[in-house]
Amino acid sequence: MTLLSTRGLSKSFDGLQAVTDVSFEVAKGDIHALIGPNGAGKTTLVGMICGRVAPSAGQVIFDGQDITDLPAHRRIMLGMAYTFQITSIFRGLDVAENVALAARRRHPAPRVAEAVAKALRQVGLAPYSDETAGNLSYGHQRLLEIAMGLVQQPRLLILDEPTQGLSEGEIAGFKTLVRDLKSETTLLLIEHNMSVVMETADRVSVLNAGAILAEGTPAEIRANAAVQAAYLGTSDA
Amino acid sequence: MDLGPYILLATLEGAVTAAVLALTAVGLSLVFGVMRVVNIAHGEFFMLGAVIAWYVANGLSGHPATGFFAALIIAPLLVGVLAMAVDMTILKRLNYDPERTIVATIGLLYILQQGALMTYGPEARPVEAPFNTRIALPWPEWGETGLSFYYPWGLSTTSYKLAVIAAAALVLLGVWGMMTRTKLGLVMRATQADREMALAFGIPVERVYAMVFGIGAGLAALAAVLIVPIQQAHYLMGADPLLLSFIVVIIGGLGSLPGTVVAAIIIGLSDGIISVFFSPTLAKILATLLVGLVLVFRPQGLFGTRAA
Amino acid sequence: MSASRVLVLHLGLLAGLFALQFVLPAYHHGNLARIMVLAAYAVGYNILFGYTGLLSLGHALFFAAGMYGMALMIQHGGASPAPALLAGVLAGAVVSGLLALLALRTTGVAFMIVTLMFAQAGYLTILYFAEWTRGDEGFVIQQAQRVLWGIDLSQPTARYFAAWALFSLVFLISLWLVRRPFGRTLIAIRENEERVRMLGYDTFAHKLGAMVISGTISAGAGAAYGLLFGYAGASFASVQYSIFPLLWVLLGGAGTVLGPFVGTLFMFYLIDLSSGITSAYMLIAGVVLVLLTLFAPQGLVGELRKRIFRGLP
Repeated sequence: MTLLSTRGLSKSFDGLQAVTDVSFEVAKGDIHALIGPNGAGKTTLVGMICGRVAPSAGQVIFDGQDITDLPAHRRIMLGMAYTFQITSIFRGLDVAENVALAARRRHPAPRVAEAVAKALRQVGLAPYSDETAGNLSYGHQRLLEIAMGLVQQPRLLILDEPTQGLSEGEIAGFKTLVRDLKSETTLLLIEHNMSVVMETADRVSVLNAGAILAEGTPAEIRANAAVQAAYLGTSDA
Repeated sequence: MDLGPYILLATLEGAVTAAVLALTAVGLSLVFGVMRVVNIAHGEFFMLGAVIAWYVANGLSGHPATGFFAALIIAPLLVGVLAMAVDMTILKRLNYDPERTIVATIGLLYILQQGALMTYGPEARPVEAPFNTRIALPWPEWGETGLSFYYPWGLSTTSYKLAVIAAAALVLLGVWGMMTRTKLGLVMRATQADREMALAFGIPVERVYAMVFGIGAGLAALAAVLIVPIQQAHYLMGADPLLLSFIVVIIGGLGSLPGTVVAAIIIGLSDGIISVFFSPTLAKILATLLVGLVLVFRPQGLFGTRAA
Repeated sequence: MSASRVLVLHLGLLAGLFALQFVLPAYHHGNLARIMVLAAYAVGYNILFGYTGLLSLGHALFFAAGMYGMALMIQHGGASPAPALLAGVLAGAVVSGLLALLALRTTGVAFMIVTLMFAQAGYLTILYFAEWTRGDEGFVIQQAQRVLWGIDLSQPTARYFAAWALFSLVFLISLWLVRRPFGRTLIAIRENEERVRMLGYDTFAHKLGAMVISGTISAGAGAAYGLLFGYAGASFASVQYSIFPLLWVLLGGAGTVLGPFVGTLFMFYLIDLSSGITSAYMLIAGVVLVLLTLFAPQGLVGELRKRIFRGLP
């Protein structure tokens, strides 16, 4: 069953075509990875899906509903959660309050504290809940981002380059976390690190020069010659 | 006087306003364009120019022209140096953070204004113009003998007012030349386009900023020296030029010099003509509302393009 | 700092202010009444600037909307103080709502200039309708028109109590607000607006709410000021009265509940003392503004919170 789909989604900035006619589908319960070289239009595409960028043409359909004209905050309320590519937390507030801000939109007031504690335990930040968020290490800040997504109990969790800047050990931990999440939610993973994609994703869409180049299981993508030429062969992965 | 000659007179007066306004506003625009600093104290630099002009003209004996021309050089220089000092001691330490610099320049506004009140005093004082010949202007008339000219009573200007317009045009040409033809201008434009890149190329951005802030303030002071024989020097005189410069800079497109000059001419001229028909207070209400609405609905200015 | 200690500290301030009226000499008694009304204005300003992170240069428009909404009702509408006060507060709510709808389309420096310009237009409008407002000169509200529910507000004790009641009300509102989810969302908007939006909050609606609450409290202070001190004048709509709350809040500590009062108290006496020496007393305001931005952007209470009382709201 399809949770999210786009139809003919396009975006041009001042005549420059960033994304061209992208149609793809994310099935419910999948971990769906979106990969592509730098400048392929991943961020623009995701921006259109979650409402940060207005498309020039095309539609976004979430759970059977056309959400193309909905503002970002309304889409989030439908059950999307988005974590930023560049860590975007409330640096001046404490860790628990960061997560609580995310939780209050979803849970009735008496349940917020409980939900916050659970999300922090899930990502392993429970011991830091009173710490000022800006004082956390970079890796922990990335985890806090994910906790802010998790606590919303989203139907679709969009993770924008979650492992960027993490150490090897932290990436291994992240893979485990993602696999655990699979039972709870659908994930759209925009990822640069090929080992994360290959080991966790159910399906992979490859974006190149603003268009979908290939789609399939990780094994199919690995075997796809066009993808190798456009991406794998030239990337640092 | 009939309406026709009256409007010609208003246009001439408006041209003087426009000339002085263009100088003041270009100073503000330069500072905003290159440094991204909104200088609320800009009007006080204008006021200081006028006050210093009075001190200089009064301190020098001899022909009034001596004092005036001395002031024309001394006042902008002094104000420019003061502004550079302000940049280096205050603005630089705030890292040119837009909101904090606004608060700081509000503080500076009061310091300069009240400082002038304490030293120069609350009086309004004139500076004598170096030359001031009255020039009567003719007006065409269709009579029984065909086209003829007559000199309506009151339709006149002075040689000094015409000189102000010419001087302002000259200085603006100079600024334009500086921006496009000199190394300093190149460096300023590079800094405006991309501060980080300019730093990477070894441009001494801090010194450029100090220069720009000094030049911006100096232009305001120069404008004030030019106008002080027509208006008088007073410690509260900075408010109107500040407001008008804001209007001009915002309507002309923030940081765009040609847009600023065009807007100054339009605002200056229309200010003279509008005041024929409206009360000055109503004209100001409309002007402030216009600025607010332009910023809300067309932040690139009326003449700017969005990507600028 | 625990929630109960926070509450004790804040209620202690109100109790202390209440008790002070019995011991203060007449001169300072009058000053403190004035300070409490102005501090109520600062509390209103702080909600928008300190907690939501929106720097307005146009709050005099709201203060004056309250003052003139009240005063014109009495002077020309023949109203009694209670409905006149209500009219002032409503005027502030409407004006701040309308300005918010326009100004919140902009951010940062543009927001500052837009609020400045509309407030200036408001000030000039008061001057323009001098027939009604008496322009710069203003008008006095007669003692007989200042009797609220049988209490003569021109009497020092009644005036002090009224000022205290007003200040206590807005002070407690602000303390309550910043601990509610709505207030916490405002703080989050100040810290990182885009993130708040992507958590599913309608940030525009929150900022609109903050601006209306802030404007309405400011208008309440303006209306009370006019009624308690018996005068309405255009100078209260001038730029200077937009700068004052910024100055008070910056000095006391933006984004702290206590800051607005502390800042207003210090600045009032600083200006009061210096105006005895020179007519250029606004020089002090200028110097304090520059020094604060340079050396103590957190303000007095903000520095205290950073160093000693962590968790102070």
